[in-house]
Amino acid sequence: MPQFLKNKKTRHDFVTYGLVILAFIVVSFMQANHMIPRMIAGQLVPICAYIVMAISLNLVVGVAGDLSLGHAGFMSVGAYTGIVAAMSLAEAVPNDGIRLVIALLVGAASAALAGFIIGIPVLRLSGDYLAIVTLAFGEIIKEVVTCLIVGVDERGIHALFNLTGKLTVDDLGLTETGFAIIKGAQGAAGTETISSFFAGFLLVMVALVVVLNLVRSRTGRAILAVRDNRIAAESVGISTTKYRMIAFVVSAALAGAAGALFGNSFSQLSATKFDFNMSILILVFVVLGGLGNMRGSIVAAAVLTILPEALRQFSDYRMLVYAIVLIIVMIATNNDTLKNLISRVLPKRTSLEEEVRADA
Amino acid sequence: MTVFLQYLVNGLSMGSVYAIIALGYTMVYGIAKMLNFAHGDVIMIGAYISFCVTSYLGLPAVVSVLAAVVVCTVLGILIERLAYKPLRQAGPLAVLITAIGVSYFLQNAAQLIWGATPKNFTSIVSFQVPAFLKAYNVSAVSLVTVVACLVIMAALMWFTGKTKMGKAMRACSEDKAAAQLMGINVNRTISMTFAIGSALAAIAGVLLCSYSPVLQPTTGSMPGIKAFTAAVFGGIGSIPGAFVGGILLGIIEAMAQAYISTSLANSIVFAVLIVVLLVKPAGLFGKYVPEKV
Amino acid sequence: MPKFEFERGKMVPVPSHSIVPERDVNSVPVLEALHLGIDFGGLKAVDDFNLTIGKTEIAGLIGPNGAGKTTVFNLLTKVYAPTRGTILLNGNDTSGKSVSQVNRMGIARTFQNIRLFNTMTVEENVKVGLHNTKAYSTLSGILRAPSYWRREAEAHEKALELLSIFDMQDLANHQAGSLPYGAQRRLEIVRALATNPSLLLLDEPAAGMNPSETAELMENIVKIRDTFNIAIMLIEHDMSLVMNICEGICVLNFGRVIAKGTAEEIQNNDAVIEAYLGKQKEE
Repeated sequence: MPQFLKNKKTRHDFVTYGLVILAFIVVSFMQANHMIPRMIAGQLVPICAYIVMAISLNLVVGVAGDLSLGHAGFMSVGAYTGIVAAMSLAEAVPNDGIRLVIALLVGAASAALAGFIIGIPVLRLSGDYLAIVTLAFGEIIKEVVTCLIVGVDERGIHALFNLTGKLTVDDLGLTETGFAIIKGAQGAAGTETISSFFAGFLLVMVALVVVLNLVRSRTGRAILAVRDNRIAAESVGISTTKYRMIAFVVSAALAGAAGALFGNSFSQLSATKFDFNMSILILVFVVLGGLGNMRGSIVAAAVLTILPEALRQFSDYRMLVYAIVLIIVMIATNNDTLKNLISRVLPKRTSLEEEVRADA
Repeated sequence: MTVFLQYLVNGLSMGSVYAIIALGYTMVYGIAKMLNFAHGDVIMIGAYISFCVTSYLGLPAVVSVLAAVVVCTVLGILIERLAYKPLRQAGPLAVLITAIGVSYFLQNAAQLIWGATPKNFTSIVSFQVPAFLKAYNVSAVSLVTVVACLVIMAALMWFTGKTKMGKAMRACSEDKAAAQLMGINVNRTISMTFAIGSALAAIAGVLLCSYSPVLQPTTGSMPGIKAFTAAVFGGIGSIPGAFVGGILLGIIEAMAQAYISTSLANSIVFAVLIVVLLVKPAGLFGKYVPEKV
Repeated sequence: MPKFEFERGKMVPVPSHSIVPERDVNSVPVLEALHLGIDFGGLKAVDDFNLTIGKTEIAGLIGPNGAGKTTVFNLLTKVYAPTRGTILLNGNDTSGKSVSQVNRMGIARTFQNIRLFNTMTVEENVKVGLHNTKAYSTLSGILRAPSYWRREAEAHEKALELLSIFDMQDLANHQAGSLPYGAQRRLEIVRALATNPSLLLLDEPAAGMNPSETAELMENIVKIRDTFNIAIMLIEHDMSLVMNICEGICVLNFGRVIAKGTAEEIQNNDAVIEAYLGKQKEE
């Protein structure tokens, strides 16, 4: 066994990488042989985007311990900048793959910038106040994007901010060869769907490597230390704001890349898609998968996206059942009396806290 | 000037609705220390009950409000008993996700019962407003809302300050273990708080829908979040804070809609909240308690 | 258990009307607190606190409960911003600096109510202490650049070396929160030492320890001073520990210094006896 694999945590990480690669191979094989229902096949790229969202949010909520309720906002920033990048480079970069990579990078960079700017006020707060302010920022991003009108022609990119709600695409003054990319409240329309399942898989791998390597490094230890005991972390020379900010910005960047992947997989996408409910959806993946547990986040994101699709025939009741299951799972995993009862029935079951300790 | 006063009246009436929700929210938060995302959906249920009683049973408005209050009070106690009480020792995240589960449950249950198509809610109050007031956009609903809000705040101040139960609530919100040692029945006190909060939510729901008559399963979400914002704004746990926060929020929203942008009104409200929290981390009326080392 | 013997240094006056050990007279004092004070809502919790600590001195800060001892530590480490006064660390002014910045300037501490990183292992706790001495960039960490492997290996070695001071290297992979109380206190000291301080503040290091553990701790405090050549100031209620190892002792009552001097001087000081030791004698 190579030297670095002797470390238990490193080994655990490589098993995670292996499982993701294996899952990709199996799904690709099934897809090639038409073994996947059409409904779910169409969800493969969004599932990858959700997985990256869950991994990135887990870095903030599970590892850094800051409850963010506005993660969809960063996804939105990444999606729209990514769409604009991909659409406006359609002629300059004919290769879809390369164009998608550029779109992902642009999405990540813009979301990281947004994360940094938002992080300055947000990270002065903590607890429920931080939660409510991230929620506020998520809503602000949603409304600001709704006001954007963006188009491109041979002279470059043109953008308008539709503050009064009276402007239309015509006000961009595009030449005849130009076309609109984002049309205000309608969102992006006519986007070329260049995202692929393979690209989604690669992004999941990148997100995993970035987050797991970060957590196992000096920076990750500092982030965990700040979560465990802020004053003690300060007392050993760690700037708490700096390390919470690093977690926040890295997380925003990954969410931006996920957004760009997501945005470039739909021909039509309105800004209201990235609302509070989307942020909550991702948070549910993180909490059910286990705080700090990246493998759990991946499984939760995949299962909880496929399951509602598979249960579409029960469409009226599925969200009701989802809500009840959510409540029951939270009570069963967090109530001491019930936990003891379950552990007696099912011997040797690791609790959420133990997973956090083992994994974080 | 008249136009400005009209906007101010709009802001005051909507702000009073926010204030009533925020008063309930601040009491529940004060004692349960949780972001109760289901609070907004209790508002929606209250409005539906009132709608059913007036539209389907044809009973008078007062009866419909009473019915809404009774149903929501029971609902609030049930939610606390079934969903939140088992999690009293659990971390904040588990409680938050449970609250979101309850919120989803109420919204989807409402959709199953009443359908997703919006109902047209008829205002519960319809008396003639003097012409000179009408010129400033003062409607019967806005008058009733502002008065209801003032009465509720005064009643809550008296209740928490003077009655035994109210004092027990304040004790529980400070330290549940100590309150228990002093002989306070903590479970009953928490139930009582949820009952009051939900009753206020029912009243707010009826007034909200009298004011803007579109009633659908998601009606309560945004006002719920905004009312929580109002409570944070004024300093969470503080009754005058929730009142002032709600009114201010309503006015800021109305002015933003009138003079800046309709589509950015929520953003402006949230931006003001962010600025307030940065300048005064515990809100306008809250007390900042630093961590002891 | 070997009988513990400790040669206390001779204390001599220095210009700022304090005393430091004779061997430290020609070095810059590690700490100079001048007219330090803080108010909590009108109440002067600490007022006109003056203290000089020599470069290799072991100093004691004692006083009855509520006298403001921990508040002094919080002021020196900037957990609280002082209302008045100046703090010089190795001659450098610390005003306007944050907790983490003054740690990097050379002051490290432990806490009265233990503050470990409970979800992390013992070794990781020490590695967090090594954060600034074994540094590499976040990007090197994510990309696992050569500097990551080199620094991590160094940090691992150093952490085990530091843990061996208290013979704790075998506990390296245990969860910090699951350690017994005494071991947690010792781990806090190791973590503080990992930041390479010139002044180590210990807040009640012997609290909850039995007499033999306390005796061992005394030996180790002196050993740490001798090995790392640093100054140590401790708050302690165990008078045998204070009188045995502290060269200079500062007595605090109601937020003010009521006496300063050697163990003998303190034991014979009337004000101290009245405020503090006197009560013990009556028992």
